[in-house]
Amino acid sequence: MSGSVPEKNSLTPQISRVVGRRVEAENVVTLWLEPEGGGAWPGSPGQFNMLYVFGIGEVPVSVSQCASDDGPIWHTVRAVGPVSAALCRLQVGSTLGVRGPFGNAWPLDTAENKDVLVVAGGLGLAPLRPVVRHLLKHRQSYGRVAVLYGCRSRDAIIFSDDLKAWTQDDELELLVTVDRADQTWGGRVGAITNLIETQRFDPRSVMAMVCGPSLMMRFVVAALASAGCPESSIFVSMERNMKCAIGQCGRCQYGPHFVCRDGPIFRYDKIEPLFRIADI
Amino acid sequence: MEKLDQIIARHPFMKGMKADHFQAVAGCGRNVVFSEGDYIFHEGESADHFYLLRHGRVALEVSVPGRLAIQIQTLEKGDIVGASWLVPPYRWAWDAKALETTRLVEFDAICMREKCDADHDFGYELMKRFAPALGRRLQAARLQLLNIYGTAD
Repeated sequence: MSGSVPEKNSLTPQISRVVGRRVEAENVVTLWLEPEGGGAWPGSPGQFNMLYVFGIGEVPVSVSQCASDDGPIWHTVRAVGPVSAALCRLQVGSTLGVRGPFGNAWPLDTAENKDVLVVAGGLGLAPLRPVVRHLLKHRQSYGRVAVLYGCRSRDAIIFSDDLKAWTQDDELELLVTVDRADQTWGGRVGAITNLIETQRFDPRSVMAMVCGPSLMMRFVVAALASAGCPESSIFVSMERNMKCAIGQCGRCQYGPHFVCRDGPIFRYDKIEPLFRIADI
Repeated sequence: MEKLDQIIARHPFMKGMKADHFQAVAGCGRNVVFSEGDYIFHEGESADHFYLLRHGRVALEVSVPGRLAIQIQTLEKGDIVGASWLVPPYRWAWDAKALETTRLVEFDAICMREKCDADHDFGYELMKRFAPALGRRLQAARLQLLNIYGTAD
């Protein structure tokens, strides 16, 4: 993992424009952003930017697609507060401020030649989407790839087009489950931990990348460990309310760590003692 | 044609079972096939069987008057289907429906209960195999109740 806090302008938002917008699910929107004046925002899978809605405020949002030849950087936002709700209301042509990218990246280099389990819950698929794209783009560099995705219901599923494409892709195994469904669903119903029980892997050569709400990650990590995945091979993306994003304000302190600077990706065995402490 | 014993032996539920216990289980079994949409059992009916799922998918459902049935869990190859045969009053707690062409091994639960009563070692062996599966399902059901994804209902 490599930290990549920008040296310059880390506290000054740069003007950016919304060049694309897609509603993923109720209250969840993906924005495609380009810097005003052209170019592309940098950012690696797992990193985040601070998105600033003028006059309202700033929130951290992870990268859901890295800028590349395929197009601009993507950020996927759920409306849960005033700033994220304002981000979701932005339309193509709107401007906003962007600082970043901040934080470290998923350990894709370390995962080479290993089987990779990508485990996402709800909106947690957003920071892992660039991981899956990378794995598919460099497929020969990795062993078996499985993507396990859990959601509350079918209405909460995001990136439906990607999931459809991945289902038909022989290069990976995609398993999706929902907690609640009626007869029209047609897919799996049950806890995401059920999906982990279906996976067979060599404990000496596996890496799991997990992202979702903290409660979901606790149970997923426990299920992975029960299935034989070493804790040192499990990486989690921690969500905290980042403010400065450069490890100065302390808002995102997590035990001895600042999530914005030392994370958001952590090797599980490094933070395991903190994982079950309430109010940390 | 593959023999029933061979089919049963490949199911994860039977892994590592002693030969005499294996024969006791296999002696109560037979192959069954359900087409998509067929119900394997209905809530409230007598729970006279349990199943090892070999191929296909099964939904455990609860019917709701005036609404589409709610699916609680889906089961697939390698799973066991049905645990109500273990506990009085031996009535199915849910509906079980085949979501596609589904092949299972069906076991006569009355025969199995009699064998468990007659040979407690056999009964204990069977309980040791059912208990972890039921424990996992209880844990999974609790997770589903918790709304671990934190989204609005």
